[in-house]
Amino acid sequence: MDFARPKRMLYFWIDKIGNVLFRLSWHLVHAIIYLCYFTMAMLHGLESHLISRGLLRKYKYLHISKINYLAIVIESEEACRTSNVIQLLLWVATLGINHICLYDNEGILKKSKDVILDKFDGAILFQDTHENNMLLDQPCMTLEFVSFSDGKEAVARAANVLLMKYIKSRAAGSNQGEQIFSESEMSEALKTVGSGGPEPDLLLIYGPARCHLGFPAWRIRYTEIQHMGPLKSLKYGSLIKALYRYTTNLQIWYGNKQVKCSAVLPWKTVNLGKSNRTPSIHGDS
Amino acid sequence: MESESLPRKIFTLCKTLVRKLVFRVLRAGPMPSHIAVIMDGNRRYAKRNRLNEGAGHDAGAMALFYLITYCYELGIKYITAYAFSTDNFRRKPQEVGKIMSLLRESMALLTKITKHQPVRVHFAGNLELLSAELRDGARKLMEATADYSKIVVTICVCYCCSDEILNSVEESVLEKYYNHSYIRDSHDDNDNDDNDGKNTITLVDIEKHMYMAVTPEPDILIRTAHEHRLSNFLQWQTSYTQLASLPIDFPELNSWQLTWVILDFQRNYDYLARKKLQR
Repeated sequence: MDFARPKRMLYFWIDKIGNVLFRLSWHLVHAIIYLCYFTMAMLHGLESHLISRGLLRKYKYLHISKINYLAIVIESEEACRTSNVIQLLLWVATLGINHICLYDNEGILKKSKDVILDKFDGAILFQDTHENNMLLDQPCMTLEFVSFSDGKEAVARAANVLLMKYIKSRAAGSNQGEQIFSESEMSEALKTVGSGGPEPDLLLIYGPARCHLGFPAWRIRYTEIQHMGPLKSLKYGSLIKALYRYTTNLQIWYGNKQVKCSAVLPWKTVNLGKSNRTPSIHGDS
Repeated sequence: MESESLPRKIFTLCKTLVRKLVFRVLRAGPMPSHIAVIMDGNRRYAKRNRLNEGAGHDAGAMALFYLITYCYELGIKYITAYAFSTDNFRRKPQEVGKIMSLLRESMALLTKITKHQPVRVHFAGNLELLSAELRDGARKLMEATADYSKIVVTICVCYCCSDEILNSVEESVLEKYYNHSYIRDSHDDNDNDDNDGKNTITLVDIEKHMYMAVTPEPDILIRTAHEHRLSNFLQWQTSYTQLASLPIDFPELNSWQLTWVILDFQRNYDYLARKKLQR
């Protein structure tokens, strides 16, 4: 008797049923994960509410001076929610962070920049500040609007600037040696093409997934990255928590030695007090 | 001795079966094709377990080999590991020496593995900073495995993304310069306008000179030791990469953490795939 065909049919059906069972298991696992994330979102929401009310002592003091430059990445599909963006900037400005870079991949925020700037008295565009070195001395708020064209495409434009420079130097007869360009020359070329902003200390991502969506690679070498969730779920308490996490987990490098420092240093501190949306700012006397 | 090792053997067998079952369930959904990993926390692991620093790096290397095995079982084709940054040369000479000798041993082990398995090994970074022996060893291994494509392991050594971008810009400039000189020397006046477009550096030119040009962009980048920075690793290539930060040191990375990271990727797969298509 020939058992080969029934055997093949049996293996075929075992394989089919197995695939269906594995697929069902996969859906079950993801359903459980969805419930876990849903529960965590509820708990985070509650924690944000408590932080906003000033009921969690830990978050009452923030050492904001450690954040010289803050970058905010917003998913382009949500970047058209200008009111949410303005609300976020208002919170950040009230906390004492004056130098902010706003990024979205498609440049939607660039189109809304006039509307956004109108809401902040005295705010100026980063591009209008004369020197990067002067940035920290600017008393007023500076806003930088960045998109994909300021990232990889800007590097290509900067490369053309360096190409022209190289052609001129070769025509003049100078010998470049092994390394033609240095990092500082690259940074200068990026400034020349209008994409030479400073490296942010902290990058907050507002979007569904934790990815930087093409933020200029030259500027996020050592930037701390935190995922905040979708912009529509914007919460003041979550912002405070993210800033607190960054400012307290400070790692100071002394040569090869890494020191974790959470000491209270004599920097400008923000007392969040008990009111939830209007923190007062006290400088150290 | 036989009775002591038997329960252990059964336990290991059960663990392997459970892992294979879990991986089979994972493969029912969309899988990443490229995972990148920053091997952070080797020294902290050694300190916590009261080992010498070198033992931490040994444990990290072992964890990397296990990770490659798990990725092979899951059908993940590309694995990239950040083994040694250009900045790491600033560490103590003994530690740098230990990492270099570990690299030498890993190359020897990979050479043996690639004789029996179709694993392509690629070293990304400024290899000129390595000793001549290591550099030649790396180049031989890359040449010997260049035709394999079942699984591609990229070891980033003497690597910094800013250095990669700068190197790529330099290579593009030199290519255009010599192309421009050739055309100028043998030029036809009528072709001048056509050649001006070809003498402009484009994004395609920059990307083809990248150290990481042999692999596609990563789908997941894992960083251990609860750090939330890229530390000059693949920030050019990770525009739409899921960034995963794990609160463990790299030697402690096991199949369960990998499973969790891949489940998270699968949760966001539709969004990330849509963003990649929109580029």
